[in-house]
Formats: sequence, structure tokens, C-alpha cells
Amino acid sequence: MYYTGIDIGSTAAKIVVLSETGEVLEEFVIPTGWSSRMAAKNIAELLSGKGIYVTDTEEHGKNSVVVSTGYGREAVDFSDKQVTEITCHAKGAQVLFQKEKAVSVIDVGGQDTKVILVENGIVSDFLMNDKCAAGTGKFIEVMANRLNVDIDDMFALAKAGEPIPISALCTVFAESEVISYIAEGRSREDIASGVIASVANKVATMCKRQKLAEKVVLTGGLSSNSYFAALLSDRLGQPVENSSEGRYAGALGAAMTAKKLGERRSRLQADS
Amino acid sequence: MQKLPGNFETYDETRKAGFLKVKELKESGKRVIGTFCSYVPCEIIYAADAVPCGLCASSEEPIPEAESVLPRNLCPLIKASYGFALTDKCPYFYYSDLIVGETTCDGKKKMFELLNEIKETYVLKLPNSRDYPEALKEWRSEIIRFKEKLEDFYGITITEDKIREAIRMKNKEREVMTEYLSLGKLYPAAISGYEMGSRTDAAGFSFDIEERCKTFAARTEELKQYWEEHIKGTTSDRPRLLVTGCPNMGVRDKIIKAVEELGADCVVIDTCNGIRTQLDKVEETGDVYDALAKKYLNVTCSVMSPNQPRFEEMGRLIDEFRVDGVIEVILQACHTFNIESYNVKRYVTEEKGLPYLGLETDYSQADKGQIATRLGAFLEMLG
Repeated sequence: MYYTGIDIGSTAAKIVVLSETGEVLEEFVIPTGWSSRMAAKNIAELLSGKGIYVTDTEEHGKNSVVVSTGYGREAVDFSDKQVTEITCHAKGAQVLFQKEKAVSVIDVGGQDTKVILVENGIVSDFLMNDKCAAGTGKFIEVMANRLNVDIDDMFALAKAGEPIPISALCTVFAESEVISYIAEGRSREDIASGVIASVANKVATMCKRQKLAEKVVLTGGLSSNSYFAALLSDRLGQPVENSSEGRYAGALGAAMTAKKLGERRSRLQADS
Repeated sequence: MQKLPGNFETYDETRKAGFLKVKELKESGKRVIGTFCSYVPCEIIYAADAVPCGLCASSEEPIPEAESVLPRNLCPLIKASYGFALTDKCPYFYYSDLIVGETTCDGKKKMFELLNEIKETYVLKLPNSRDYPEALKEWRSEIIRFKEKLEDFYGITITEDKIREAIRMKNKEREVMTEYLSLGKLYPAAISGYEMGSRTDAAGFSFDIEERCKTFAARTEELKQYWEEHIKGTTSDRPRLLVTGCPNMGVRDKIIKAVEELGADCVVIDTCNGIRTQLDKVEETGDVYDALAKKYLNVTCSVMSPNQPRFEEMGRLIDEFRVDGVIEVILQACHTFNIESYNVKRYVTEEKGLPYLGLETDYSQADKGQIATRLGAFLEMLG
């Protein structure tokens, strides 16, 4: 039996498949595209190409328990269970970063940013941005488009620049602010640097509204970004760990939940 | 969770059905006073042979119009209430002889100045603290001034006997409502939070207080009997939640209904449209104005500073209703509840040792998905 976790975010869909011993067999990411339903269908096909069948067909029996998470979790009509990304990120992050006790997880996602306090493997508190895109991946994406670069280049530019203050918290108004900086002839590096700094500030403010554990880790799309983790560490005054695997935290947490679910099922079946 | 009866009328349906009632009421010569708040001593209104009619709006429909006058960054309840008046779309506003406002939050206070241009709006000067001896005295004379205003407005005399009669009648209603809203104390819960909220808010659109008492008493009996026969002695793993914060009728579907569908029971609604204002009765002996002033100054809205009684009462409700977690609803740009939420979270998590979820939202459906995620994660956290 395989255990598959599917995390459909607003920008990217992340997939992790675990073996019966809990070893990561597959790990991949595809763009969500315009429809999470289509993304779910594509994922089922990609998995089937690897011999992992999420539904019963004429040729193959279902050989994987599936747990879906992320904003598109309900679009995965073949999932055995749906769990919110908050719980999944918490579970996945604790394993990824090998933290045993308390850990604070910062997940900067495409449309939401979450700060999750995990104590003894259980979510004990979380905060999420309300009705506003400031401090999310979307903010960076909008600004990168405006500067005509992709997200990776945006960070490369930011690293080389001196941050100019972006004071507007609203994405739409901040874009106007950026446009006026462009009109003033300020360098792309400095503008990019200002944008990234404003996101770090906003995320750090959110962190401070909650009890932070001694260990703080960064998951989600920006997790592989050491520059961003360093900015956050600076704002919070405590180290923030990042990892190239961090974007898979939600999918990993979902796969772990699938494993638990599958094991419980076979245990109960064996008993009866 | 208790199922809703087949003939259950939603808040919106009852609100619409009330349109005709208020029209008939007016045509029969009855006096109608529009109100916005649980600080308004409605006994004075009843004593003037008038009926109070709640005008707090819960729909986003008139908000764009309201924003042609009011700033966007203002609480949706204020914008919607003003918007209905401005667009002349609310029969309850239309049929009100007089509007009664109060100096509660800054947003309402300033909105009333503008509302007065559409229809005469009389504003009660509510002290913003209970913690100085003059507060109660000031509030008492303010209530007398309100009585005099109604006497003047209608050309009538309001006797103390009439007020005392209204006090008794309202107290009776409070008893009935408290009993109904206490059904959540039972384990497993005998009522859903969605029903409690919908019915309580909709009750404002049926104007006969005795009929209202009868309806609620009958429903309480019905639910109790169902519980005795079908629910008592069974087990339920559904977490029991207390909902606090701003009045939530405009977000009830998005939050209370959603979380109950996800698998929790909102057993107690600790807001001004919930049990909060029903528990405390008005003393029936002694000076009527003293008694009214005392009761209505004790309403535990966050406009009061400091607001310790809110925490004490919430603590009691958490214990009595055997609550597992607390959800606080903040309407966007409601500064007083928003700031006070910091202390609510601290109180709930540190003093009561329970999980707390704060949700800041407005009347739009834009954040429905994000709210469902937060609610889902909160329930996963409760286990």
C-alpha cells in the first residue's frame, strides 16, 4: 500500500508518496493552473504512470490511501480524507525539521500566510492573514510581475539592493507605490529589496501576535529561500530555519495522515 | 447536532414575513420606534405604547450605496444599517416613527448624525465606563430624558406604573429566552447555535411580546422533549463551542452554520444578540429609573472601558455550558472588539486553558473559503 498526500495550493500542487515503512518514494510539484479539479485529475494520471493507483479501475485495483489538503482539497474527489493545510503543515514541518517538542511554523503561501504553534505534535494555536494579501506570496508575485521578473530573480535583485520603504500594506496600493518609485527612476534592486523587506516585516508582525516557540521554521513556497529566512530571523531576533524540502511540508503531513488512516483501517479489518 | 424542524424559517424569511406585519401594525395606528442596540431601555418604549424594532442590518446589499457617504473602512453593520435607510429599502426603517441611537462606538455615533438627516434620530448619551459613581446617575437621568422625549414626541404621559408593567413583561420574556438559550447546557446539546441565533434575531420582527414568549416556550418544550426521548444518554464527540465578539447575524451562515456543519456544536452565543443581554433582569421593586439604569449600564459590550464584567460572565458561561473552545467574531473595523480580543484570547487560553480562534471578517462571501479552513483547522486542533 502507498500513502499519498496531495497539497493543492493556490499557485502550486505538491505531492508526496510514502511507503509502508514511511520512506518518501515520490515527491513532485505541478502548477495548480486555473482549476484545482483539473490539477487533481492530472495528479491522478501522473501517479498512475508511476504505478500508484488512487482509484479502482478495470486494469488496476486502488493501491494508495490519499489525503488531500490545501485550498483545493475538496477538488480531489478521490481522496479518502480531507484535512486542512494548517494541521498538515504542522505535522509535516515537525518531521522535516526533526523537532520533537514545540516548534513555530511559518508558512508563506500563495494566498495565505499562517503562523502555527505546534506543541507535542499537536497544533495549539494558529494565526492567518485576514482578508488581505499583504505578507503573502501573492504580494511578491504581483510586484515581480510589475518589475518584469520571476520570483527567483526577484529575490536575486532584492539581495543586491538597499530596501526602500514600501509603506502601503494593501497589495493594490503598494503596487501604485512601486509604480511611483519606478517613475522616479529608482533601481529595480532597491525596489525589489523594499518589497521583500515589507513582506518580512508583515510576517514578523503576525508572528509577534502569537507565542513563538524557541524553534521557528519556514515552510511553503519560500522555504528554500535562505535570504528570506535570514530577513525573518533578523526581524524576530531568533533563528528561522529553512529547507529546500519545506514546500512539501503540507503534502508530507497529508501523506503521514494517510499512512495513519491506512494503518488504522488494516488494523481494524484484521481484528474483525 | 439537533436537526432544524421542517418548517424552520430562516432569519431572512422571517424578516420578509415581518414586512407585512409592520405595515399592518402601522396601519392599525401602533407606534413603532427603530433601535440599534441592547443598551436602549426598551421598557420605556413599551411604556409609551410603542414597539421597538431592531434595525441592525445583516446584509451586504446596501453597503455600496452606503459607501457613497460613509468611509469604506467602517464596520459592515454600521454601513449596512445606514445603507438600508439611505436607499429606503428597509420597511422597518420606513415605518419607524423615530430612530433611537446611542453613543456606543465612534462609528455609530457619527453615523447617527447623518442618519438624522434621513429620519429624526434621537441619541442616548451612554457613559463609556461604569467605574465612576456618576456614571450610573448620568445614565439614570439620560433614561428619564429619553422618557420625556417620547412623551413630547407623541404628546403623551408615560407613568411609572406603565414602566413597571413593561419591566415585568420584559423580565418574563428574558426568563423564557434564557431557558431557550440554555438548552445548549445539556450534553449532548439539545439545540444548534444556528437555530438559537436565527430565531432570536428573527424574534425582533414579530411585535407581540406575549406571542413571542409563547412561541419560544413551546419550542423549548419541544426540544427538551426530543432530547429526553432521543438524545439523553447518548454520547457525542462534537466539540462544544462558545461564540463571542461582535453581533454575528450578518456572518452567521459563514461562521456558525459552517462550523456546525464541520462537526461542532455552538452551545452558547455570548454576544449582544445571544444570551448576554437576557441573563440580567431588571429589578421589579424600588425606583424604576434606578433599576433600568443599573441593568442597562451592565451590558457587557466592548464599548465600555474597562470591561471586566464581560470576562467574568464569559468565564461563567464557559463553565456552565462545559465549553471546549472559544470562537470570537470581529466585524472588520470594529475597533473596540478588535482591540479587546487581545485580552479575550489571553483570558480564554491562560485563565480558562481553552483554545481560542479569532476571526475578523465582514458581510461579503469573499473569505468564505479561508474561514472554512480556519474553522476546520480549529476543530482538528480540538481533536
